[in-house]
Amino acid sequence: MDEERSENGFENVVSMRGITKRFPGVLANDKVDFDLRKGEVHALLGENGAGKSTLMNVLAGLYRPEEGTIRLHGKVVEFGSPREAIEEGIGMVHQHFMLVPSQSVTENILLGLKEPRFRMQLPKYNQIIGEMAGKFGLHVDPAAKVWQLSVGEQQRVEILKMLYRGADVLIMDEPTAVLAPTEISELFNTLRSMTEQGKSVVFISHKLHEVMDISDRVTVLRKGKVTSSGLNTGDVTRADLAHLMVGRDVVFQVEKSEAHAGDMVLSVEELEAKNDKGLPALNGISLNVRQGEIVGLAGVAGNGQKELAETLAGLRPVTKGRILVNNQDVTNKPVKLGIRHGISLIPADRTQVGTAPNLSVTDNVIMKNYDQAPIGSNGLLNMSEAENYAEDLKLAFDIMVPTIDTSVRLLSGGNLQKVILAREISSEPKLMIAVQPTRGLDVGAIEGVQKLLLAQRNAGAAILLISEELEELLSLSDRIYVIYEGEIMGEIRDNDINKIGMMMTGTRLEQIEGEGVARNE
Amino acid sequence: MDWLIILASGVATGTVLLYATVGEIFSERSGVLNLGVEGMMLLGAMSAYKATAATNDPWIGLLVAMLAAGLVSQVHAFIAITLQADQVISGLALNFLATGISLVFGEGLTSLRDVVPQLPKLTLPLLDRIPVLGRIFFTNQSIMVYIGYLFVPLAWYYINRTRPGMHLRAVGEYPAAADTLGIRVYFLRYMYVFVGGLLAGLAGATISLSISPGWFGSLTTSGQGWIAIGLVIFAQWNPVQAAFGAFTFGALRRLVLDIQGPSTILGLANPFFYNTYYGFFLKMLPYAFTVIFLVIGSREANRKRIGTPAALGLPYIRGQRGL
Ligand SMILES: Nc1ncnc2c1ncn2[C@@H]1O[C@H](COP(=O)(O)OP(=O)(O)O)[C@@H](O)[C@H]1O
Ligand SMILES: [Mg+2]
Repeated sequence: MDEERSENGFENVVSMRGITKRFPGVLANDKVDFDLRKGEVHALLGENGAGKSTLMNVLAGLYRPEEGTIRLHGKVVEFGSPREAIEEGIGMVHQHFMLVPSQSVTENILLGLKEPRFRMQLPKYNQIIGEMAGKFGLHVDPAAKVWQLSVGEQQRVEILKMLYRGADVLIMDEPTAVLAPTEISELFNTLRSMTEQGKSVVFISHKLHEVMDISDRVTVLRKGKVTSSGLNTGDVTRADLAHLMVGRDVVFQVEKSEAHAGDMVLSVEELEAKNDKGLPALNGISLNVRQGEIVGLAGVAGNGQKELAETLAGLRPVTKGRILVNNQDVTNKPVKLGIRHGISLIPADRTQVGTAPNLSVTDNVIMKNYDQAPIGSNGLLNMSEAENYAEDLKLAFDIMVPTIDTSVRLLSGGNLQKVILAREISSEPKLMIAVQPTRGLDVGAIEGVQKLLLAQRNAGAAILLISEELEELLSLSDRIYVIYEGEIMGEIRDNDINKIGMMMTGTRLEQIEGEGVARNE
Repeated sequence: MDWLIILASGVATGTVLLYATVGEIFSERSGVLNLGVEGMMLLGAMSAYKATAATNDPWIGLLVAMLAAGLVSQVHAFIAITLQADQVISGLALNFLATGISLVFGEGLTSLRDVVPQLPKLTLPLLDRIPVLGRIFFTNQSIMVYIGYLFVPLAWYYINRTRPGMHLRAVGEYPAAADTLGIRVYFLRYMYVFVGGLLAGLAGATISLSISPGWFGSLTTSGQGWIAIGLVIFAQWNPVQAAFGAFTFGALRRLVLDIQGPSTILGLANPFFYNTYYGFFLKMLPYAFTVIFLVIGSREANRKRIGTPAALGLPYIRGQRGL
């Protein structure tokens, strides 16, 4: 088969055949074949848990497959460690960055190399790395400490790390999941300039439009098996890929009924708060959410969304202004009081804020009602009640775990989000603050989460949806506020994307409408 | 009461803390918490003394002490790194083990008081003439004190400006990242636990062969290993700050001993001389200061985002999720 391809004039840099990899209880890769040509961007598409990362971890030497062979330029190779893989020119940028936060960019890039021998000679290497970064358009300060960098910059460091080691094959595991839209297009430019220079890229993703955008070919995985291998991206449609990925037609537009907005649940007045560095993050935010509606908050990442969610949930002190929930002042009140008022937070950070990673599913779902009968009584926990409760939620929310005793850190993103939603929704919240509830989830899981939110709305909950995915905001929200540098630019009720776009970049609604009026006259 | 003498002997006492603290810094920087410092120091003190008594050469004693403590530290390394057990518990166990060995083999050493040779004391020419500082730092100090002065900047340089030092930090901060880059996480952790042991042994030998010569059972170290563990946090895992803390602490220890001596201080009646019960209060002071230092030190660390190696106390398991 390989010969056939080369007759076609394509050179396979990597060809994997019959790769099988098992984890306790899961067949993560089942006889998977995968080919990578020189100079192409090859997308690896699949839902969460499809086995994409596993397959590429095998190629990058992190995992050893139980069966199968890997050929590199036609020669069979076996990697015992990531180091052996990178020595053969295969570098992987992981979903979770493998960077040491307290060390500088240069130090991170030089880690594990034979040069420099002993003395670090940082100024010299800062310069070398600065030059290489310029060549690929990967702008980052080599002397900066990694913890000071934005996520996008950290990703560039990861890419540089691989390029510095002479990688010809670059594997990017869900590289866009953490990036802002502008950073995504910069990344795509970098990837293109790399393929132009003869390097090959594996682009792992579950976002169809990105795959359509950047890849030359695409291989789809579903439940550990290849459902289609090496299709030319130009020959397929989004709908084809969606079908191959989830095995059923995905409804892209969620069904939504008319909103019946009722009483005011959340009312925020002139709210001010500071960010972690002590700088102003919210500069007089006013907004409100009523019963039975989903109110969206649109904005580019880092304009105060995180701080707003945290102040509303009582996790961050308010420096000025008021928060009223059901007409009661909850400004700077303990979190517990907020919970009693029925405020529920779906945080963006699922692993640190949303769950306790080392605790079991049971422990995580009872975190809000552990002190209420029948689970908690007289200061004691009734574990068998707690387990019944967790089993019920596992069924109701279709959480895929071997047992409810599993630590939640072993769960995939979608299932983790389901654990959080199960906990929050079952507390019957009056007000839900959902921050990026579908970020990093696959198509099937996104649909599930969105349906759950709509069901809550229809049942009369007030929902504030904070998201960076415009598409999601437009399809779910009944009206949308736009935030920019800690201020509300205005409120949109007619899903006018152009207006939202202008507001997201700092134009006030009054200005837009003023200009519109001026032009009309 | 001569303040300069108090400060000078503070430097001497502080040198013991210094070696133990920097040793623990190496171990913790690699991600392994070793609470066995006190025991390893005691083992060092005992074996140094015993070997010196047998060979009549304190330098051989010093070497034996380092090797003995280094070897016993590997028990902890095995349990914590290979068996991936709880480092706190394993460290405490190491402490009992090493203390036990020391007390058994130290039996009868106390009576050798006057026959065991000590490490030399020197006055550094020229440097001793610097006003005030010369008498504190460079006059009639143990050779171990001077080695300590050299050792601190070298340790700092090694950790912060060399390739192996960078690997050490990476292993303690993010072992999974180090591992993917081919750095041998387990090997390095074993090695730096060993280094911690060597230095704890050196600290113990410095006590029994120089600073307060002799073998007095568990009183020989009298809890200094625990103080060293506290100093590591105060020093924010930085050898230079460790030296500062160790000398300050050494001086405080001397001060509480000496302040009960004279009947007047600065022309006033000395309450500590007239009421011996105040002695208990005095003994508490260094520990109270440790607590205060720790609070200040860790607030500072939070502000500057430096400090605790992120993987401290966590066993590294290759390929485990959620790291
Ligand atoms: N280190 C691991 N230990 C146990 N199970 C794992 C591990 N890595 C992945 N899995 C399981 O293997 C399957 C495939 O996972 P993964 O390759 O991460 O999927 P993807 O990257 O496509 O989302 C999932 O069911 C996942 O839970
Ligand atoms: Mg993955």
